[in-house]
Amino acid sequence: MSTMAFLKRSPWILHYDASSCNGCDIEVLACLTPLYDVERFGIINTGNPKHADILLITGGINELNKAVVRNLYEQMPEPKVVVAIGACAATGGIFRECYNITGGVDKVIPVDVYVPGCAARPEQIIDGVVTALGILEEKRMKMSGAAQTKEETRHAVGEST
Amino acid sequence: MNWLIGAVLFLILAPVAGGLIAGIDRKITARMQGRVGPPLLQPFYDVGKLFEKENVVVTTAQNFYVLVYLIFIALSGALFFAGGDLLLIVFAFTLAHVFLVLGAYAVHSPYSHIGAERELIQLMAYEPMVILAAVGLYMVTNSFYVADIAATTVPAILYLPGVFLGFATILTIKLRKSPFDISTSHHAHQEIVKGITTEFSGSTLAQVEIAHWYENVFLLGFVYLFFSWNPVIGVVAVAITYAAEIFIDNVTARVRWQAALKSGWLAAGILGLGNLAILSYMMLGGA
Repeated sequence: MSTMAFLKRSPWILHYDASSCNGCDIEVLACLTPLYDVERFGIINTGNPKHADILLITGGINELNKAVVRNLYEQMPEPKVVVAIGACAATGGIFRECYNITGGVDKVIPVDVYVPGCAARPEQIIDGVVTALGILEEKRMKMSGAAQTKEETRHAVGEST
Repeated sequence: MNWLIGAVLFLILAPVAGGLIAGIDRKITARMQGRVGPPLLQPFYDVGKLFEKENVVVTTAQNFYVLVYLIFIALSGALFFAGGDLLLIVFAFTLAHVFLVLGAYAVHSPYSHIGAERELIQLMAYEPMVILAAVGLYMVTNSFYVADIAATTVPAILYLPGVFLGFATILTIKLRKSPFDISTSHHAHQEIVKGITTEFSGSTLAQVEIAHWYENVFLLGFVYLFFSWNPVIGVVAVAITYAAEIFIDNVTARVRWQAALKSGWLAAGILGLGNLAILSYMMLGGA
């Protein structure tokens, strides 16, 4: 059973624009530029949900992309966390009463960290991702704990029969 | 006994060396872009992380194919460092990539299939030049055995400058660097989802990564053969070649697959065959 925590040192990010005005998206991308350079912390922007650990969503969920967001979330391997970036991703923001807006990201998938702001600043986004890393680590411990319990139960059953 | 030591040392040390090279590569790349870059050991953190993740499997066969890919890459590298037959090594190396392509075709994702098709195109693009490099080294040293080629006192690079340049061209394809990183790339921003590795996750993706480290060490060993008459010059030449590859990776954009195929074949046809033709003419003339 591995107790080394590599996950915290190598979080790969999937960024999805639900129906953002592009303000938060630009701030997310700013984190990757030479000024903030999040690759310093091993953070990589991947385009593939199957390689991602953290799902960053900007903008509120609308009726058309509900299924897309759910699909992306389900394709990500455990352990995984979701970070909702900006006011719209948290509640729907100023678009919340539009006919096509369902609301915040948590209407569709579980959200672990909310980053406030309109638009959220890069420093805030990095802070949100760092907070998410702690939750990611907790989930990993729980996951390996669950696997261990399962294995022990299997042994106990095996011995009794 | 020497061959066994070479093979075992490769199997143990190549992942360490390959990971470190990848770490240095990412650091230099970051500096070229005006960034600080990740820690030197970042590639090891990445692979360690992948082993901690859940392995999402669509078709069970894909795991088997990737494992066989890793085994054959390690085998071809081990044969190389054991001083084995260069032709056998090249064929084992090609077979390994065929298994990777089969692994990507085993799933139903269209992105994975595009990656697999592009990997096949890459195979076609670089294969002639690899064979010509083996033939060129044979013409200079009269042996296909790596042990003999490495022990030669003839400066092979002076006889094979064209072959070396051709090999450096296809090395860009093999190291998965721009402008020829068409099947999958280290940089996500120019990717169709993730090319050939789209459907691999967790420990399976980690195996692909480790195979890539083995592969890189093997390829740098191949570069060394051109300079093996003087070990110091050899090591320096390998370092310069790799640095040049990093530079090219950072100043070029990805080309279309047609251009990658043309470049590979032009390198083989003009630089490779042209060099060998002149060399055989000189040999016939007794020069």
